[in-house]
Order: sequence, then structure tokens, then C-alpha cells
Amino acid sequence: MKVSRGTRLSLRVVALGYLFVLLAVPIGVILWRTFEPGLSEFVASISTPAARSALNLSLLIVAITVPINVVFGVATAIALVRGRFRGRGLLQAVVDLPFAVSPIVVGVALIMLWGAGGWFGALDRAGFQVIFGIPGMVLATIFVTLPFVVREVEPVLHEIGTEQEQAASTLGADGWQTFWRITLPAIRWGLTYGIVLTVARALGEFGAVIMVSSGFPGVSQTLTLLVHSRYIDDHNTYGAYAAATLLMGIALVVLLLMTVLDRKRSDR
Amino acid sequence: MTAHTDEQRGGLRPGTDAAPLPPRPDPTPTDGTRPDADAPRPDGAGPPAAGRAGSAAGSGRPRGSGAGLGGLRRPLGVGVVTLWLSVIVLLPLAALTVAAFGDGLAGFWDAVTAPTALAALWVTVLVSAIVALVNAVLGTLVAWVLVRDEFRGKRLVNAVIDLPFALPTIVASIVLLALYGPNSPIGVELNATRWGLVVALLFVTLPFVVRSVQPVLIEADREVEEAAASLGASGWTTFRRIVLPTLGPAILSGTGLAFARAIGEYGSVVLIGGNIPRDTQVASQYIQQQIEIDRPQAAAAVSVALLAIAFLTLFVLRVVSSRTQRREERDA
Amino acid sequence: MRRPTLASSALATIAVTATLGLTACAGGGASDSVAAAGTAAAGGATTSTINLYAYAVPKVGFDVVIPAFQKTAAGKGVQFQQSYGASGDQSRKVAAGAEADFVNFSVEPDITRLVDAGLVDPNWNANAHKGIPFGSVVTIVVRKGNPKGIKDWDDLLKPGIEVVTPNPFSSGSAKWNLLAPYAAKSNGGADKAAGLAYISALVKDHVKVQPKSGREATETFLQGSGDALLSYENEALFVEKSGDPVEHVTPPTTFKIENPAAVLKGSKNLATATAFDNYLYTPEAQKLLAEAGFRPVDPTVAQEFASKFPNPTKLWTIADLGGWKTVDSTLFKKDVGDIAKIYDQATQ
Repeated sequence: MKVSRGTRLSLRVVALGYLFVLLAVPIGVILWRTFEPGLSEFVASISTPAARSALNLSLLIVAITVPINVVFGVATAIALVRGRFRGRGLLQAVVDLPFAVSPIVVGVALIMLWGAGGWFGALDRAGFQVIFGIPGMVLATIFVTLPFVVREVEPVLHEIGTEQEQAASTLGADGWQTFWRITLPAIRWGLTYGIVLTVARALGEFGAVIMVSSGFPGVSQTLTLLVHSRYIDDHNTYGAYAAATLLMGIALVVLLLMTVLDRKRSDR
Repeated sequence: MTAHTDEQRGGLRPGTDAAPLPPRPDPTPTDGTRPDADAPRPDGAGPPAAGRAGSAAGSGRPRGSGAGLGGLRRPLGVGVVTLWLSVIVLLPLAALTVAAFGDGLAGFWDAVTAPTALAALWVTVLVSAIVALVNAVLGTLVAWVLVRDEFRGKRLVNAVIDLPFALPTIVASIVLLALYGPNSPIGVELNATRWGLVVALLFVTLPFVVRSVQPVLIEADREVEEAAASLGASGWTTFRRIVLPTLGPAILSGTGLAFARAIGEYGSVVLIGGNIPRDTQVASQYIQQQIEIDRPQAAAAVSVALLAIAFLTLFVLRVVSSRTQRREERDA
Repeated sequence: MRRPTLASSALATIAVTATLGLTACAGGGASDSVAAAGTAAAGGATTSTINLYAYAVPKVGFDVVIPAFQKTAAGKGVQFQQSYGASGDQSRKVAAGAEADFVNFSVEPDITRLVDAGLVDPNWNANAHKGIPFGSVVTIVVRKGNPKGIKDWDDLLKPGIEVVTPNPFSSGSAKWNLLAPYAAKSNGGADKAAGLAYISALVKDHVKVQPKSGREATETFLQGSGDALLSYENEALFVEKSGDPVEHVTPPTTFKIENPAAVLKGSKNLATATAFDNYLYTPEAQKLLAEAGFRPVDPTVAQEFASKFPNPTKLWTIADLGGWKTVDSTLFKKDVGDIAKIYDQATQ
């Protein structure tokens, strides 16, 4: 398609202008607002006890969610790709469900199931608190991040086929050996990419988590909840900006990892 | 080029399991090679079929040879996976649905058709539709510039497209509020208006269309475009008659995913939206409010309605994309 | 797989970071502003932790009272976990199982809910101040310079005036805000119809936004919505002090706000929580609260701060309207109360 220089330039200007207004300017403003009072203000604001424990809680949730998602995600992907059973299509659909569900709806659904008046309310009354506790926040995070590992590992499994695995088992390797020696190395980049996406989403989840958290600063407040509660409950706009900038920094690292990993994955 | 990258470039994600996954960033623009240096691929040579072929082969292979986690193919393994998915995903949604109909069908209907509930659903759909349309146009444009244009800093721009996926939504909200909120440094105050909602949702849905159009545009057969041009077709005609039809399915799927995401979005609108009933209150906010004022049944009912809208969108998307795919196969 | 993959090392890093962080900050600080709270625990002293659930705006008060309490003999080494939010929402959370030791709500029915749930002793309000450690009055916050000239309740009904007040189904503040003009117009409930007519006009034509809590209402107003905000006097003083371009006008006839507090009888730290509750009534705490903008209940302290808290011409109280039990069942009860019905009609 021949495009005149003028058209090409104006299209470029429109596209870059759009990205500039939509992404660059707002982010620039918040960085400016954050660092305008000086770096020490920023550091002080993100190292209050509440901020530190919010970061800890966010990391704790990630540390619980990621291994669970890896184990069950890989298992699900293998079952979906290699398995032949009735209802496989249904299982496929279930894996996609979390993408279609609003985070708020996830929160409401979890309350209806695990809350004191829900189906599993007996657990709550017996003293094992799910809603308004860390288990609820973990469940919410697992719900929203469930598809990532599955959907990143699945195509790789398709692609590598089963020849090598079959060869290994012909040579006498048992199922686990085959998995550790053949399958896992083959899917490692897809898996890692899935993990990065999971980490990003788990750190950033807000809507589902706010519905099931008791909101104690220092106990059940993740970084995203901290941003919100500083802005609304504490009337502490600067603190909210600072915490948001911290999250943004983490997001940038994630973005970098995504870009690097993606190249690695396609270089394979 | 490995089969895997082929698959990525196949535009619409292979098979019909095209989930609303954030489309992957395409590696090509970042790896330094000029996209237009890519040799044009013969039409229909494999890429979209790769995934399907793999899928068919995967499930068609002889089983029971003890390869891989063999157990996962046996009932026990499948059972564990099913149980897991049920506890995490299905049971909560089942509990939600039952709660929605707790007061019978009439109770569900009353809750969903309460004027503020309807207004919230309407605002959600309206704003999401606007956002989807803007995305369809500007997202395609951005993708085009990123693939067919050359300028300094293109790799950086390409990487930045994914930022909204990596950025927590509440950060998006506060970032936009810092710019478009009260005491706006540029004098534009959009908070508590529908435009504020539109901007917030445009921010979070930016990558969908760009990332689904980009790979197709890279794959697109430029010889045909050049042939059209040599036959005297103007740039616009070539775009309309040649390029657009090729990109159509990708634009559609990206737009659909953006729409589905916008429908359920909460974090990015919570601070900038204003939460004004019948004006800027979106369905997610309405649902949260119902929980806060202790009307769980209404919250569950509207949740189910919202879910239904999202499913419908994805279902239509799936039908359209599989139909296009089938047509492509026939044509090939 | 012999060499460690990035995946596993990333995992390990995350796990290690989290563990390290957690141990370093075990029992970490309770709140942004009470930075000193964490230090006692780090010293290894035996501590007890009080879970405090409160309505949205008294954080400013607790931020000064808690450190003072921790300096007393009874409060030495006591940690606080504080949760703030819409009064009704907070109360429901506690009733639904959120673990609390001490609660402070905007309105009495939110405590009554916990009494009914068997969580709070029915005699919680048996002390000299009926379980009310502090209070306030309902006031109108306007933009700086009062451009719309809002001085009294009738001014809110002028055409085009937009009023911000939270949702009475979740917020306690909203109930006080509506009771104030209701009592003024109905002459303390004597002329119910006149009171309801005012509320109806206000809610139908002037209230557009429905924030969930008093604090969110303030935030909404500060972000530019509306011409007037109905709020607690202490909240108005707080935002004025933090430099926002607003001022407040207390109508000549308004309503006395009484914010109850109670200890949960099943609390694991019953003794400490009770000590904290009692501490709130000491002259020392009362003074701190008064400085933070809350009207003290201790008569001597009240005298001292008389100039800071001018007495309106007429101050109706909840007792004048027959007490919360009556008010709640006739005005606010979902689907039956008169104000609840007005709200439902206007907003559903």
C-alpha cells in the first residue's frame, strides 16, 4: 500500500499523539507530583509501617498464588492438551471464565460461597475465617489469575508434541522423570511468561480483593488497597501518589521481564 | 521462524479457544528487524492452521504410552483438575447464581430492572461500546504505525503499549485523576463525568486491538497491496478493499476483548468515575454499593446480568471468528 | 532438569523476599500516622493487639488518642489495628465475623446490630455518658467564600443547588445529615409531614451522588461535585485545617451527633479493650479529641473548648425524636421507614 509521505507523517503524529496524551502525560504528571517534594519524602511515604506491611502482604499473596497456579496450571494444561476425556471442551471454557468475570463479581461470588451466610459458612462459624481474611484474598487472586499459566503453557505443549516424551518412556523413564527431564524444560519459557503475567495481575488486583478484605492497614491491606485507602480514608493524596508510584515501578519491572522473556521465548 | 511464532502471527488466536487473554506482544517489532523486511508469506500457508493442526494432532496421538505426566490423562488426574477448577471458579459462581435467584425469578427480575440498576447497566454498555469503537479505529492506527512506519524510538513505543496490562488498575485511576481530576494541571476536569469513564477505560483497554492487529499486519501480503496500487488504486481504496478485509477479524476480536474488559472494569473507574447513579455509576460500582447497603440478593442478580452480557459478547466473538476462519479455509 | 530455570529461581526469590519481609515486620505498624506503634512489638515486649472497627471519619481523633493511650500504664505496649469505613458497612462486617475488639460507629443502631448478634453486651451503654465518648453537630460545608450564599436548610432547596450527602443505607453520617433538617422542619418530629416533605424535596431534586461513607462524601465534594456537603462538624474542621478551599456554615437549628463506642464481649483482649474504652472518657483523652475537632462529653473539657464549638440556637437530639429505636424503625428501616422509602423512590 503506497502511502504518501504526508499521510504517513500525519498518521504517525495522530498515533503518537494519542499514546502521548493517553499514557505519557498522566504518568508524567504523577511522577512529577510524587517526586516534586523530593526523594526523601517519597521514601518516607513508602516506608511507613503500613506501607511496608502492605508490600509484604502483596508479596505474600503472590508467593502463595504463584506456586499453586504453577502446579495446577501445568496440570490443567497437560490434561487439556494430552488428555482425551468427555467434557474437555467444558473444561476449556471454565479456564477462560475468569477473564470474563468482573473483579467485583468475583468478590460477590466468593462472599456468597465462603461468607458467614454462604454455602461454606460453617467453616467461618467454626473459626476458619475466609472472607475478611487472607484466605479470601488469596482465593480471589487465584480466581483472577487462574488462566494465565494454563493459557501460556498450553500452546507450547501442543507444539512440542509427544515424540520426545514417548522416546523417553521407551527408554524406560517413568512419568515423573519424563516430566522433569523432557516436558518441563520444553515449556519453561511459556511457563515463566505465564508466571510473570500472574505476578503482575496478583500484585495489581484491586476490585476482587477489596470486596473480601477486612481492610486493616498493616494486616489485610495490599498495596493496591493502600493506594485506595490513603486516597479516600486518610485524605492523604500524596501518600496515595507515592504508593501508586511504587506499584508503577514494580509494573515497569514486570513489563521489562515480559519484553525480555517474550524475545527469549520466540528465539527458542 | 519457529512454528510457535508462526502461530502467534496467525492473527486470530488459533482454534476457537481464542480466550480474552491479553494478546501477546509480538516479538518482531522489538527484535530490531524491520517488519517490512519480512518476506511476504504465501497466502494461507499454514500459520492460522498451525495451532489447529497441533491441537488435532495432540489429541489424536495414541494414548497410554506413559509419556509426560501420564496420570493427568487418567481419570484421577482429570478428576483433580476438575475438582480444582470447580472449587476455585465454578462453585463461587454457582453460589452467586443461586443467591441471585434467592427470591425467585421475580426477585431476580425486580433487582435487575430497578431503574438505577438498569441505568448502571446501560451506562456500562454505552461507555464500553464507545471505548470499543475508539479502540477499533485508533488501535488499528497505532498498530499500523508501529508495523509500517519507521521512526526513532519505535521499539520503546511498542513496549509501552503493554504498560496498561502491567499497571494495577487502581494506579491507572489515580494517575488519570492526577491529570484530569480537580486542580488539573492542564485545566481539563473530567472526574465524575462519562468522559472520565471513557478515558479511564481507553487507558486500560489500549493493548487489546493493537496487539491483535499487529501480527496480522506483519503477515499481510504486501504484494497484493502493491498490485492494487499498480493497477491505479489509491491509497485509501487499497486500504479499504485489501487491507481492511484482511485485518477485519483481528480488529473485531481485539475490539470484542476490549469491550468485554470494559464491561467488568472496576479499579480504573473507582476514583475518577464519581459513582453518580444514573449518570456515571457503572455496573461494578452498583454491585459494590448493593453489598454495602446490605442487599446481597440485588448485588448477585446484577452480577449475573453483567456476567451474561460478558458471555454474550465472547460468544458472539467466538461464533464470528470461527465463521471467518471456516470461510478462510474454504477460500484457501 | 539440571540447571535451575528462571522460573524456579524467580519463585525462590519471591518466596525468600516475602519471608524476610514478613519476619522483619512481624506485627508491623498499625497505621500510616501512628508510626511509633510498631516499635514496642519489635522490642519483644508482650503485647496485645486491639482490632478497632470504626466509622469513616474519627481516624483523626484516634490518631492522637491512641499514642496517648499507649503512654499510659494500661496502654503500654498495646498494638492497634484500625479499620475505617462506612458505619453500617463496618458494623455488618463485624456482625458477619470480622474479628473486632473495640467498635466505634456513627450511629447507635450499628451497635445494636452487634448486641442483637450477641457480640456486644446489652449493657454497653451503662456508663455515665451512655457509651458516647464524643460527638459533633451536623453542619453544611460550602465552597470557599460561600458563592451560593448557603446559610440555612432552606437554601439547599433553591433551584440548581446540588447537595452531597452519603447513602443512609451504608453511612451513619447520612442518617444524621437527614435527621438535622427533618428535626428542624418537623419541630422535633411534631409535624412529621413537613419534615418528610423537606427530605423528599432534598433527596429527589438536590442529591445526585451517593457516596458510601461520610469520608467518601467529603472526597467527592472536594473533587468538585456539588455546591454543599452535609457533614460532621469535626470533618468540616478537619478539611479546613488541611487547607482545602472550603468553609462550613452551621445552621441555627441543627442536630446533635452522638457517636457510640463499645467493647465486644468475646474480645480476646477484653481487659485492654475495656481500658481503652474507659480511657476515651478521661479528661486527657477528651481534650485531645476536642483539639481534633470532636465535641467532648466531659463537662469540664466542654467548658474549656466552648469557644471552639459554638452552640447553635437550637440543637435537636435523637432523644427528642424518641430515641434511635423509634427513629430507625419509622424512618430508616429498609422498605418500611419513611426516609428509606423516599430514598428508594428517588434512587431505584
